[in-house]
Amino acid sequence: MDAILEARALTKRYGATLALNNVDLTLPRGKIIGLLGPNGSGKTTLLKIAAGLLTPTSGVILADNRPIGEQTKSVISFLPERTYLPDWMTVNDCLDYFEDFYSDFDRKRAVEMLTRLAVPANKRMRTLSKGTREKMQLVLVMSRRAKLYLLDEPIGGVDPATRDYILDTIIGNYDSEATILISTHLISDVEKVLDEFLFLKEGIITMHDTTDNIRETQGKSLDELFREVFRC
Amino acid sequence: MAWQFTSNRPIYSQIVDEIELRILNGTYEMGMRLPSVRDLAMMAAVNPNTMQRALSELESMGLVNTQRNAGRTVTTDEEAVRRARSAKAHTLTQTYLLQMKALGLDREEVLERLAKGETKEEENGRNS
Repeated sequence: MDAILEARALTKRYGATLALNNVDLTLPRGKIIGLLGPNGSGKTTLLKIAAGLLTPTSGVILADNRPIGEQTKSVISFLPERTYLPDWMTVNDCLDYFEDFYSDFDRKRAVEMLTRLAVPANKRMRTLSKGTREKMQLVLVMSRRAKLYLLDEPIGGVDPATRDYILDTIIGNYDSEATILISTHLISDVEKVLDEFLFLKEGIITMHDTTDNIRETQGKSLDELFREVFRC
Repeated sequence: MAWQFTSNRPIYSQIVDEIELRILNGTYEMGMRLPSVRDLAMMAAVNPNTMQRALSELESMGLVNTQRNAGRTVTTDEEAVRRARSAKAHTLTQTYLLQMKALGLDREEVLERLAKGETKEEENGRNS
């Protein structure tokens, strides 16, 4: 099957800083893939380029066989590191907002998930805790029927119970045609849900393999491998 | 409660072991319909693809069958279950014997300890 995301010689430069250095990448459909690397390795830059929020300095990137643009945005669901839902919006406003914006938004599913969270529909974002707001944002992003989900640090900065809720939400909403790319440095928490992983180091992809293969050939977990590879 | 996994083996093969155990000890009864891949994946807190791979493996071991419309069921083939149990018991015995050998125990001592362990187990069983 063809790739959902493909990059050739993708480079992004911020002034003198090389955030992505000649990245070649082919991501298959129907997989949950970890984008793993220490802080400042280029994870967010890569996700933002794929989401169409940044333009690369050079190189080519295709999502669903198309150059990044309006059409790819309609098949990509992006969860940024920081929530962008305005303070004054109520839960219901946010649902309306997503429904207006995205034709693939499944409102019924979002409402179901929010019921599990016990968030009242008339609550304003301002009054929700940080963890609840992050869960809310994730619910919205995962309720789209997208082909590619880009999740930037979905489990950073939340407590372990919330982390479990978030991973449950990701697994529970996953459909076998779609690919989910999750960036994180909390590897032990996500490694059970990853089919594949990418190691990103100073803007270069140093490894792309399946999680099972690492355990099979090296007899160690991804977390252990990461600590070795990125030892400071 | 998510299942526990060790770090040095592929997760799918650990899932195979866990489900196999549940079939062999009757937690999953013969002919019982298994939960869907998604539900099993949620229970174990693993990737649905990983669960899928584990179930395919169990299928090729003859412990699980795919019904065309009814999802997956535990086999009703007693012979297959008997074979799997015997294979598992064999592996565990081999491991045990190897570990005893590594400890420097000879055959006599091992047998003695096995017998002792058995009586202890019975006592524990009565007390609880």
